[in-house]
Amino acid sequence: MNDNPLITLFGYFALLSLFAVGGANAAIPEMHRIAVEAMHWMNDRQFADSFAMAQLSPGPNVIIVTLIGFHVAGFAGAGVATVAMCGPTCLVAFFAARTWDRFKHASWRIAVQAGLVPVSLGLIGASAFVLARAADKTAAAGLVTAATVAVAAFTRINPLWLFAVGGVLGLTGWL
Amino acid sequence: MSDAAESPVAAATPDRPSLTELFRAFIVVSISGFGGALPWARRMIVEQKRWMTTEEFNEAFALAQFLPGPNVVNFSVVFGSRFGGAAGAAVALAGLMGPPLVIVTVLAILYAQFGELEILGRILTGITSAAAGLLIAVAAKMAMPLFAKRWGWPAAVAILAFIGVAIMRWPLPYVFAVLAPVAVALAWFFPAVKIGRPVKP
Repeated sequence: MNDNPLITLFGYFALLSLFAVGGANAAIPEMHRIAVEAMHWMNDRQFADSFAMAQLSPGPNVIIVTLIGFHVAGFAGAGVATVAMCGPTCLVAFFAARTWDRFKHASWRIAVQAGLVPVSLGLIGASAFVLARAADKTAAAGLVTAATVAVAAFTRINPLWLFAVGGVLGLTGWL
Repeated sequence: MSDAAESPVAAATPDRPSLTELFRAFIVVSISGFGGALPWARRMIVEQKRWMTTEEFNEAFALAQFLPGPNVVNFSVVFGSRFGGAAGAAVALAGLMGPPLVIVTVLAILYAQFGELEILGRILTGITSAAAGLLIAVAAKMAMPLFAKRWGWPAAVAILAFIGVAIMRWPLPYVFAVLAPVAVALAWFFPAVKIGRPVKP
């Protein structure tokens, strides 16, 4: 493809955003297919590092597209990839939210809502499980996870403190 | 226009956030949100500001998750528009995306400069372990209204979704495409189990 890389970036991520049911983490395999296998924008290691940086940065994990865009075409690429990934879906969300509120008392909406909430909860539980299994390769790492569950469930202590502890333990090689 | 103020749970949301408050709240959610912003969004909106009850938050998040695209980004738009229309949606989105955009761009420049990020990887391992724990706690808190009441099909649906994605590792869109219509049909025919509806003890 000899297109302007900005147009290619925009096209891929705008399309991906509209099919990414289940959020950014569910779309990671497809991003890998595009960026590494199909377009050869980056190699495996660079993709993994981008994923790590997106995780390390606070905020939504979808920010990985900003890194891929930057890698492909600098600041312009970063901007285009981010807008492409968030723009279309934000417009959909905006109009869906308004429609949704308008039918607040419609029986079909109540049924859709009542049906989707448990599905949504199951999926969040699954993300937590998958993340814990990927992160906790050692008993010490598992302890950090368990400690965070306890603190977040039973206290009002800011969990950022546990993130700091986890980060320091990781840095010093305990995990 | 939102009619949230007329809903029976309005007592739980004493103040409608101003645009400035929305913006600030989502910036805080964003910069705290290592390993995903959902736990921090819930902490801010349900536990600290009390802008929504657990049930309202679950409903809004289920809608955001059902829509395509990044869940928390969708959620910021759904939440922002409910409390401040188009301006609210834009402000919440800007608060959520602004800080990480700046941070990640700096990281990208450093990465282009130095390439190897061994040290970042090690720090990340530790943070991810803690982030996993935080997400588990949030999933448990969000599930409370589901399991606290009489067990019915909603609990079964949640468990099936969990098994399908976490244990069987089936692709999420397939699990969703099969389970969502079944769950909606169950909700239609067995509406007695009022999940996601405010329940006064």
